[in-house]
Parts: sequence; C-alpha cells; structure tokens
Amino acid sequence: MSTASITKVAGPLVVASGMSEAKMFEVVRVSKERLVGEVIELHGDSASIQVYEETSSIGPGEPVERTGTTLSVELAPGLLTSIYDGIQRPLELIEQKAKSPFISRGIEVPALNRTKKWDFKSTAKAGDKVTGGDVLGTVQETTLIEHRVMVPPTLSGTLKSIKSGSHTIEDVIAQIETTDGKTVDVQMLQRWPIRIARPVKQKGIPSEPLATGTRILDTLFPIAKGGAGAIPGPFGAGKTVTQQSLAKYCNAQVIVYIGCGERGNEMTEVLSEFPHLEDPNTGEPLMKRTILIANTSNMPVAAREASVYTGITIAEYYRDMGYDVALMADSTSRWAEAMREMSGRLEEMPGEEGYPAYLGSRTAGFYERAGVVQCIGSNERRGSLTVIGAVSPPGGDFSEPVTQNTLRVTKVFWALDARLAYKRHFPAINWLQSYSLYAENLNDFFSKEVATGFNANRDRAQVILQEESKLEEIVRLVGTDALSPKEQLTLEVARMIREDFLFQNAFDRADAFTSLLKQYRILKAILMFMDKALPVVQQEDFDMQKIRSLQVKERIVHAHLIPEDSLSQFDALEAEIESQISALLL
Amino acid sequence: MTTAYKTITDVTGPLLIVEQVADVTYDELCEIEMADGTRRLGKVLEARTGRAVVQLFESTQGVATEGTKIRFLGHAFQLDVAEDMLGRIFSGSGKSIDGGDALLPEKRLDINGEPINPSSREYPDDFIQTGISTIDVLNTLVRGQKLPIFSGAGLPHNRLAAQIARQARVLTPREVEMQSADAQAEEGGDDKFAVVFGAMGVTFEEAQFFKQEFERTGALSRAVLFLNTAADPVVERIATPRLALTTAEYLAYEKGFHVTVILTDMTNYCEALREVSAARKEVPGRRGYPGYLYTDLATIYERAGRIRGRSGSITQIPILTMPEDDVTHPIPDLTGYITEGQIRLDRGMHQKGIYPPVIPMGSLSRLKGKAQGEGKTREDHSGMDAQLTAAYARGVEVRELAVILGESSLSETDKAYLAFASRFEKEFIAQDEYKNRSIFESLSIGWNLLQELPVTELKRVKPAHIEKYGKR
Repeated sequence: MSTASITKVAGPLVVASGMSEAKMFEVVRVSKERLVGEVIELHGDSASIQVYEETSSIGPGEPVERTGTTLSVELAPGLLTSIYDGIQRPLELIEQKAKSPFISRGIEVPALNRTKKWDFKSTAKAGDKVTGGDVLGTVQETTLIEHRVMVPPTLSGTLKSIKSGSHTIEDVIAQIETTDGKTVDVQMLQRWPIRIARPVKQKGIPSEPLATGTRILDTLFPIAKGGAGAIPGPFGAGKTVTQQSLAKYCNAQVIVYIGCGERGNEMTEVLSEFPHLEDPNTGEPLMKRTILIANTSNMPVAAREASVYTGITIAEYYRDMGYDVALMADSTSRWAEAMREMSGRLEEMPGEEGYPAYLGSRTAGFYERAGVVQCIGSNERRGSLTVIGAVSPPGGDFSEPVTQNTLRVTKVFWALDARLAYKRHFPAINWLQSYSLYAENLNDFFSKEVATGFNANRDRAQVILQEESKLEEIVRLVGTDALSPKEQLTLEVARMIREDFLFQNAFDRADAFTSLLKQYRILKAILMFMDKALPVVQQEDFDMQKIRSLQVKERIVHAHLIPEDSLSQFDALEAEIESQISALLL
Repeated sequence: MTTAYKTITDVTGPLLIVEQVADVTYDELCEIEMADGTRRLGKVLEARTGRAVVQLFESTQGVATEGTKIRFLGHAFQLDVAEDMLGRIFSGSGKSIDGGDALLPEKRLDINGEPINPSSREYPDDFIQTGISTIDVLNTLVRGQKLPIFSGAGLPHNRLAAQIARQARVLTPREVEMQSADAQAEEGGDDKFAVVFGAMGVTFEEAQFFKQEFERTGALSRAVLFLNTAADPVVERIATPRLALTTAEYLAYEKGFHVTVILTDMTNYCEALREVSAARKEVPGRRGYPGYLYTDLATIYERAGRIRGRSGSITQIPILTMPEDDVTHPIPDLTGYITEGQIRLDRGMHQKGIYPPVIPMGSLSRLKGKAQGEGKTREDHSGMDAQLTAAYARGVEVRELAVILGESSLSETDKAYLAFASRFEKEFIAQDEYKNRSIFESLSIGWNLLQELPVTELKRVKPAHIEKYGKR
C-alpha cells in the first residue's frame, strides 16, 4: 500500500494526500488509532474522507491506510436480536471491549459472532445447478425466523458439495463450480456494500396491507407491504411512539429499527422492552424478529449518514429470503442533516436551506429500495420490504426540503399534528391532512379478507370527519343551536369516531393492538348508531340531549376493550344500539 | 510538545490562524501568551499541514500578530475534578473564583466527554417529586431525564428552577406504600445529592439570585457553580456547559451522587456558537445558526441519564429563553427534538398572575409513562394526567367560543368545562413558590376539580378509580 498521510482535520472531515489509487467510497483506516472512514471525494492525489468516529487529537502527518473494500455489512445468521451502531459494530461488544459504559473510539469488533456454531440443514444437493439467490439450506436463527442461506447474488454454477451440520458462519458449507471452471467456497457469511441495492428479479405492485394494529393507520390510511411511508411531525407529536408501536405490532416477519441521530434513552427503552413484549401474531418475544441500529444524536455524525444504508441492506437481505420485512427509520431528518454537515465541510454549493443539491436524489434512492419483489433465485419466492421514515421538520413546518423531498417518493403520509398532541389525542395523526395512495390497491384485500363493508365504512368515516370540520367553523360563528338536527348528529358521530375509534392508547397493553376485523366492528357500530339515530332526531321538536345521553354510548366508548377472542360481543352491542335508539321513536 | 510559536498571521473575531506549526492535532488545547505575559486558552478548530485555526475561549483583544506566543498543549481541554468541588464556585472556564483553597484534583477529564453506549444505559423510571402539581402530575420529572424549561424574557424561569432544585426528591418505597409523603423528609435517606449549576451569559443579578438561593437553603455545600456572566467573554460560554457536565459525570458515575444539572441560558450558548461559526465563514443553516447546531446541542443534552451498574444519575434542567416566545425558533426547536420533553412557560398565564405559569398544552415529559402509577406514585396517576389535560384543553376551547357567542349560548356540558378550566388554573396550576405539595395532595386536588364535570365525560380515568378516589 502506498503511504498516505493526513493533511487536514476539521471535525469529521479528514483530507489525506498520497491517495492516488484510492477509489470512491473505499473504506480507509485513519491515524494511528485506525478510525474507520470512507472516501467521499477525490482530487488528484488527495482524498476527502468522512470519519465515522470522533477525530479529536488527530493531526496532520498521521497515516491513512487503504483497505481496498467499500463499506459493507456482514450478512449471516446472528443478525436478529442484535443492536448495532451505524457501521454495524455490536454495541454490547463495544461495551465489553472498552470496559466502559462510554463509547471510546478505535474499537474493532466483529459484526457477527465468529465462534458460535449454527445447525445448518442443507436443502440443495450436490450436482444441482444454482444461481444467485438460490437457497442452499436453512438455519433456525431464532424461534421465529428460519434463516435461509442463499447463494451470493453474483454467483452461479453447479453445486459440487454441501455439508449439513454444526458450523460457524466462516466454515465452508458448500462449493460451487462456476461456468468458467473455477471452484468457489461458500460460507454462511456474506458481505454486501451498503450503498448498492441488492438485486431482485422483478418488482411488483403492493396489494396486501401491512396491518399495524393502530386503528387510524389501518382503517383510514393503510400502508401496503412493500410500500413507503413518511411520518412527519414537530417534536412531541408522537413520531417515536408511532414508530415503536409499528415495530411492536405490525405483521411483518422481520423488523429493522434504525434510531438515527435520536435520543439514547429511546434506544434503551426498545432494548429493555422488546425482549419482554410478545409478538401479537406468534406470542414469542418481539426481540427475536428485530434488529436494532442505534446511532444516537451524540454519536459521530458521519456514522449517522451510514446507519440508514446499513439498516436497509440488512432488511433487503431478509427480504431476499422471502420474508415480509419492515424498516423504521427515526429520524430521516437527522440523516439529511448529516449529509448537510458533510457537504458544508466539503464546501459544496448548497441547495435549499444549506442542504446539498443531491438531497432529493439520495432520498428517492433510499425509499426506492422498498418494494414487494420476486426474489432472485430459481425457486419462486416473494418478499417485501416496507420502509417507514419519520421526518422532523424544523418548527413543524412541512414545507421544508426534507419533508417535501420525502413526500415526493412516499405514497403514505401520516401527518402528525402538535395541536392534537396538546389535547392528548393520540396517535396525533391529522385525519384531514394525511393520505394513503395505497388504499385503492388494497380495497380488494380488505373486502375479501376482512369484511365487504370495510372500504365503504372508511369512506363514510372520512366524509363525516370532513363535514365536521366545516360544521365546526359554523359553530364557532353562530353556535350549535343554528345547526339542523342532522348536522348536530353528524357532529356527535364525528366526535364518537375521533374519541372512541381513532383515539388509541399505545401504552395500554389492551388497547395498543386492534385487529382489522375488530377495527371494522367498532367503526360499524358507530356508523350504525348514526343510521339508526337519523330518523329519530329528525322527528319534530326532538331534544338532542336524549341522543347525547343515551346509555349505550358509554358501551361504545369501551368497545375498543372488547377482547379479540370474543368479537361476538359486538352483536350484542349492535342489538343494544338498535333497541335503545328505537325506544326514542315517537 | 510545548514549542512556542510566534507565527500568528490572522486574527478575526475569536479566531487565530497560526502558520508553520507542526504536530498540531484537531481539538487540541492551546495557550496564548500575550506580549505583557498574560495567558489565554484556545482550542484548535482545524489542523492542516503547517497551519492551524484556533478559537480563543476569551476575547482576542490585545492579541497581536507580532509578539504573541502560542503553545499547543498536546491534549484537548481538560478539567481537574474532585469531590471537594462541592460548595465551590468557578468561572465559566473553570478557574476558582471564590477565593477558596486550591483544589486537590482526583482526576483530569476531557470536557467533551464520550457518548454513553445506548446498551449500557439504564432506562430512567424513578419518579422525582418536585412538589409542583403541574410538573408532578402532568409533566412528571424522572431521575436521569433531560427536561428543559422553555421560557421567555421576563418570565419566572429562575424562580421555578430554584424551586425544583430546592424541593425535588424521590419518594421512599414506604411513602409510596402509605400513599402519603413525609412533609419533613429531607432529600432522602442514604442517597447522595448534588446540584451542578452552569450559567452562560446571565446577568450578575441572575447569578446572584441562584448563589443566594443556594446559600440560604444550605444547598451551597452540595452544589458546584460555574458562572459565566454577561460581562464575561462570549466564547468562554462554549466551554461552560461542558465543564458543568464533566463535573456532574464525575460526581454521578464515579462518586455515586444523584446530580441535578441546571444550565441557564442555553440561548446565550447558541449565540456564542453562531458567533464562532460566522467568524469561520461557514455556510449557515436557519437564522444564521450553524448547520451542526443540532449535533452540538446533542453532545450537551445527551450527557444525562443513568448507567447500568452505577449508582448515580444526572438529571438535566436546561433553561432557554425563546426569542419572541417563538417555539419554532431554531434553539427551542432543536432542543425539543433532543430533550425528553419540555416545561413551557406561558406569558398569558404569567400576566394573569399564575405562578408557575406552566401551560399544559405544549409542555410534555416523554419519560413520565414509566414513572407514573402503582409502585411509583399511585394507580390513578396516568389516567388523571390524561383526563386533566384533555379537559383543560376542551375548557380553553370553550372559553374562546364563549368570547364570541356569549356564555349563555353554551351547552350544559360546555359550561361545566368552562368552570373546570378556571378552577384548574387557580387551584391546580397556581401554587405558592414555597408550597411543596406531595403527589398525593396534587392528585386529590385533581379529583376534586373533576367533580365539575359529568361522569360520562370522564373517558380517560378508569371507572374503578372514580369509585375509589373520586366518589360523587
């Protein structure tokens, strides 16, 4: 290797000379402390390097060592239940090695355990023709997930040998003879560069919902498996609570949760909660399907930029096995700010609000890695990767560049609203501003798999809520009495939809998850209340107070607490609604 | 390592450029010796081959390109720490200014600290009783939390911070079990408590207020003060919060103290940062603040919390004044994205004579969930919190409606909300500066106020709790 040395240090940006052979995005080791860095700009002999660790006390003249590889993640059994920093170093190992609760720099730890033995069961046999993506065999990674060991995407040929049994991830488990006669050893451990999307055979149109258990999301603004969604909102509106709730209850099989430039305690909360929480779909601890990437706000800024790519590459790897994977990135604004900071230090010409001109293309490139796909490989496998990014717009102003660039490429917009949060209406998702462009693709699924009336009810609920906002303006000017009985009923029902259906307590174990069918039943009961009450209130000189104070309304308030296994209670509730209201008919 | 250079070529604002240097590293501490022998400290912002950009922590007045010497000290800014710092007062750059004896350092620490490994953290879940109803019930403070006070010029944030420092304590398991707090209890039992106070650019009077407050209540003996007043050098403020937090970390994680850190005023800190950024001609972010303001603030605020296996903790209460009471201004905005909630003071309430003017809408404690309820406070706590806030929000809406339509046109329910809202402000939010209400007292006041509302409106409290605590 040529002798390269540092010529300039300014925060996370290091410039080195003697780098004429370096390649863009090559990983380098900076200074005597061997800090991890990545080449991001080349000028003749000198290279600009973004360093993923603290550069304090590093100075000109210190060596820079090239590694010849680009920034990659390690992929093999053992990823699940891990917690990594932005460049896939396990935080627990860092703690052990540093012998300190603080993250010191220059620590080298392997991303995956090299000595642990996994029970590999081959499913392919010698003599098989294999191509990239074909499953060679399986490993029970956790009780929830069977890890499918695949032929690396770029390799194909004839399987010469394959060995079942107890292996470490570095043991040779198979040999493949390629078409040009070379024999390649295959390990369970594979690497993939984080900035390049893993290949797929074909992308498809998302047509199945990702059930999240959150009523406003599933019923009003559903996201599809393989879709991309954004949750923008000012601080305190509940981005993180919503993201965590999705990670806990959505019906994806594998979850990748990226804490990008956010609070340390939030990651600790996930770490302390997930091993004890049960997956509502399987009853197993949630941690067994989860991978955490934690790069908190006080950790080096460049690693924040890498963390979202690290996360999405791992997510793609599980998608390639044929799983439904969901990735939550909280918050993508911090990722964009990390780009801005590096761009500023490189003295690039700034675009809007100091963000680099390539903010839009990078954002689009990231969200486009979502999708429902035909996995590569000769057998038919369908996998999906859903990406949900939180956005933290300064001052809650959605017109800022990160929110706008995100909305251009995501099809679901869950707008968090500080005013709702102030009123303690959670999830504080604004029902007038939010939208989902998947609703149409998903209609078929809902009417076939949940209930025929599902879509019609959603549309009605939305109309009622819109009408409410118009009527409220009138009420603000002239008072409730000026409204017709029908309009007063609309207000009453809208209030029931908001308070008894949309309002949901993510911290109450009984309320945090609602199945699609139960969501349908609650909303149906409320709409039925409206249908039955309409002829009643239109009677001459009818006193609205009688409807408002109906005792059955209290039962509707608590309908969300009806257990999932006794949904037949809704039949009784509906009968009660009918009888109490018809008693008011003169 | 201690070669002195006389090659300062440029002086702009707080920055110096030194040429022909060797072996200078990024973030290194340096000492400037003026022609008359006085010394000042600075740090390296950019290290190039043969050239360094240095930021002074004091003013550059009197620095000359000729005759001024500069030495690079071979390490970053470090602070000598010792348990004996308790009861002492230091300048904003860490020099003793109380005329006391020289300190015997027990350890020397880099003031930048290191990020806590998220997997080494312990999730904060111990309820701190501040004796202030609106904080205890609605915006519960938790040991190890970072909870700023968002204030404005002229609002009583200092009095509130002093009251919290004076009254805050953790209930003993026995008190929780008996559901009554011992009014005489001192900061509890075996636990060791300390206050670290960092003042950045506050007026002499404000600094005096805290000093006297600590002296009067006897808290000074367990407090460490770092004072950078408005008259002190602006750029020194960049170091002040880091000195305070380095001291706090030593006391908390190595000496087992539960430390409350009060930092005031973060707005002055950010302005100092902007000044340095402007002098370096960096591309500005919003309102001229540097693009890395978020990251920089995070390196301060994230130095709070608890660590597994260590007995101490750091609870941070930074104070910031929002320019024009604008919560979307970059300083409160970025702070809110990092801290675990905020206590927001409201000018309208202050003008109505309500102390403390903490407005429930806009105030938040993110960590309260695990510190409320059975075993921590009382089973009805979280329901009460949600119910009071929702009811007050509705009451305020009704009040606005009543202004337009007149009170007579309101429905019976709305009238009930209206009555609730004004009693809530007078009896729950408002309390005397020296009144220390136990959480149990605060909850009973809450139940008493809820009597104003029809029972069908109480959707956020459990029916069993209404039966038990709010009998009608």
